[in-house]
Amino acid sequence: MGSLEDRPFLLTSVDRMLRWAQKNSIWPAQFGLACCAIEMMSTAAARFDLARFGAEVMRASPRQADLMIVAGRVAQKMAPVLRQIYDQMPDPKWVISMGACASCGGVFNNYAILQGVDRVVPVDVYVPGCPPTPEQLLDGIIKLQQKITAGGIPANRGHALAQTAGRP
Amino acid sequence: MAEEKRSLTLNMGPQHPSTHGVLRLVLELDGEVVRRCEPVIGYLHTGIEKTAENLTYNQAVTVIDRMDYLSPLTNNLAYVLAVEKLLGITVPPRTRTIRVMFSELSRIASHLVWLGTAAMDMGAMSVFFYCFREREKILDLIEMTAGTRMNPSYFRVGGLLADLPDGFSDKLGALLDEFPTWLQNYRDLLGSNLLWVERLRGAAVISKEDALAYGLTGQTLRSTGVDLDLRKAQPYSGYEDFTFNVPVRQHGDAYDRYELRLEEMVESAGIVRQAIERLPDGPWHIDDWRIFPPDKHQHVERDMEALIYHFKLFTQGFKVPPGEAYQGVEGPRGEIGCYVVADGTARPMRVRVRAPSFYNLQSLPLMVKDRLIADLITAIGSIDIVLGDVDR
Repeated sequence: MGSLEDRPFLLTSVDRMLRWAQKNSIWPAQFGLACCAIEMMSTAAARFDLARFGAEVMRASPRQADLMIVAGRVAQKMAPVLRQIYDQMPDPKWVISMGACASCGGVFNNYAILQGVDRVVPVDVYVPGCPPTPEQLLDGIIKLQQKITAGGIPANRGHALAQTAGRP
Repeated sequence: MAEEKRSLTLNMGPQHPSTHGVLRLVLELDGEVVRRCEPVIGYLHTGIEKTAENLTYNQAVTVIDRMDYLSPLTNNLAYVLAVEKLLGITVPPRTRTIRVMFSELSRIASHLVWLGTAAMDMGAMSVFFYCFREREKILDLIEMTAGTRMNPSYFRVGGLLADLPDGFSDKLGALLDEFPTWLQNYRDLLGSNLLWVERLRGAAVISKEDALAYGLTGQTLRSTGVDLDLRKAQPYSGYEDFTFNVPVRQHGDAYDRYELRLEEMVESAGIVRQAIERLPDGPWHIDDWRIFPPDKHQHVERDMEALIYHFKLFTQGFKVPPGEAYQGVEGPRGEIGCYVVADGTARPMRVRVRAPSFYNLQSLPLMVKDRLIADLITAIGSIDIVLGDVDR
């Protein structure tokens, strides 16, 4: 009897297998806020073809999605809604903060815009740009795939929750 | 026992795939029929008007850009023309023509996004891919000229960010040559599609009187038979020199608006062709260093005085004499206007924007009253709102 390596078997752990599957079938929530949403649509469209990375299945219901791309500026009025959408998503879930506004408020340092979406949800990948080009968003998604492959907890949730609780 | 009539209150949005952004609608339904529809806005309120007060006149162009993000260049145009009115300056003919050209290109790009997303609302997925494929070609032109695909801030007070790059007209010519085939594609995909025609025809109807009373502009108004296009009614930036038609329809329904937008794209392409064919040579900005920065290589690096002007312009901006000015332009969605109040400093005292989507959205409850909920989706698509424009 020869070793297992010579046989048509693939040896792996359940955990790695799951991560491989998760990485190649990210389902983003179909949820756009502002300018970045248009670039997110461009990323899904013909030229940039998000389907090459297995992430083209935009789900209108957050309950079927495992990635939230925060595409655009988050107004103070929108922040609780955004958090609710995040809470409705089943675990494991990830968040990409797309664009300067979602990441830090961008050019809108004023009364109306949340200065960074990481004040209400934990963020895994920040994509800079105003708006980021589709190539940049694709790079963000590849970075997220690497993160998923590497394993670990999706984002520092406990920390972000504590931060939210601490803020008025 | 008397039958009790009950209505269901349904919340639609702000996260909904066919509200075109973060629009929230509170619906009162009787079965499948909408009895009342109340739009709730403000989920994308950005404070753009207030932010503009804290920026110098040229810096404010960047935030004005991000209002109607499907057509940033028409936002720019309204603002820049209003400030130029206050300053009492006229830009050279080349600048005017380039501005017209880019306004029309962004009108086509905006209508393409509208067509793609409105068709997607109706369940026609492939139109979206075609429209975005072709929109990319227009974005390429904007990118090669202004450096970014969206939000280019290309129009500046007194001129432009830069002149047209080498090879621009060839690329634009190639685009214009293949443009008719795009249109034919869309007409083939949708115009002969019974589902599309049946769902649009007779849906989201508004009367001429209501349209005028609600202050609607753009295709929503022109679909009711009112021939109002600011490019013809109050020409700006040299539109009076171009030959084009303003298509008008009579039924005031969603199908009319779809046809109007397709025809407007043809007219826009015609204007772009005229603009590139008779693009005047000469300067592309005014020759006043107090308002428009001197050329970096030609002047700033050689001339101390130019350096001082350059420095002062970018640290303090230019002062605008006290006064107020309004400039409306015909954007892809209707009249987009900028009202600027100057108080003699380098920052505007007030910037108020007349956003077409805000006014057009008001007609939604009227259009969908006592209609099926499926027609509501058609109606939202047909008025072509951009929430960045509604909420600002």
